[in-house]
Amino acid sequence: MAGEAHSEGGLVFHPMDQFIVKPLFGQGPVEWYTPTNVTLWMALAVLCIIALFVLGTRGRAVIPSRVQSVAELAYGFIYKMVEDICGHDGVKYFPKIFTLFVFIIFTNYLGLIPMSFTPTSHIAVTAVLGFGVFFAVTLLGFYKHGTHFLGLFWMSDAPLILRPIIAIIEVISYFVRPVSHSIRLAGNIMAGHAVIKVFAGFAAIAAISPVSIFAIVAIYGLEVLVSFIQAYVFTILTCVYLRDALHPGH
Amino acid sequence: MEGDIASMGQFIGAGLAAIGSGAAAIGVGHVAGNFLAGALRNPSAAGSQTATLFIGLAFAEALGIFAFLVALLLMFAV
Repeated sequence: MAGEAHSEGGLVFHPMDQFIVKPLFGQGPVEWYTPTNVTLWMALAVLCIIALFVLGTRGRAVIPSRVQSVAELAYGFIYKMVEDICGHDGVKYFPKIFTLFVFIIFTNYLGLIPMSFTPTSHIAVTAVLGFGVFFAVTLLGFYKHGTHFLGLFWMSDAPLILRPIIAIIEVISYFVRPVSHSIRLAGNIMAGHAVIKVFAGFAAIAAISPVSIFAIVAIYGLEVLVSFIQAYVFTILTCVYLRDALHPGH
Repeated sequence: MEGDIASMGQFIGAGLAAIGSGAAAIGVGHVAGNFLAGALRNPSAAGSQTATLFIGLAFAEALGIFAFLVALLLMFAV
């Protein structure tokens, strides 16, 4: 994905250049231990989360300050979602789900800062999150229900002739879950950022630059919405998969 | 010459794959429109169904993102 368009002129750039993983210091090759811009922006996200949830709620005021009420609002929002979807016995897994939500929303929003980098735009990052959820949920289902967990694929209220066909479809859709779960997040974020960069490339042409700058503003607003919605959708699908593992009967 | 034909096929294929994004747009609009139609008939029940709305939107949108991904792979990875 290297930008061969660099040679054409000073302001022309490739829309996918922003997703290149670079080492933070020097120009060496990227090994698994190299600190890169991904590392930097993930660390910044973690620092922001600590600032919001540890430092912000340190006062434990009965009447919350502004920062504390933001933290309480986020906590209550996800807590209610887990309780609504997974039921009361799903609340035990709330910390994992809340961690996922907060990490994704902070990396998404930090990525919206101009010249920054979005770790969630890489499938490598979101696949770890998505497959982590998939393996956790599958193992949890087998641990809780043993072989009864396979009843998830065997629709006992369907006609008997159709059941094997439905079982095959259900198994395929079960194994596609982590793929779509992770690609949805990465694809949305990557597409949005690439569109902004495409319009930024048009802004160099004087005749259409007002239109394209207005388009960047509009799409930026849309991206603020999409960043939240994708974090929300990732979390809500995690809850749905967890519910399937906890109650495979229905 | 053969490289030209290959890259022509690559670009045509990427353009064809982008049709899938339009199809996903139809699907997403269908979900949201039907939700709105139902919500305006019974506004009191709408609030409890927003989670279902977002799950439906996510499933419809994922396939469009797959199409977009195929287009990207054809453009940059092949």
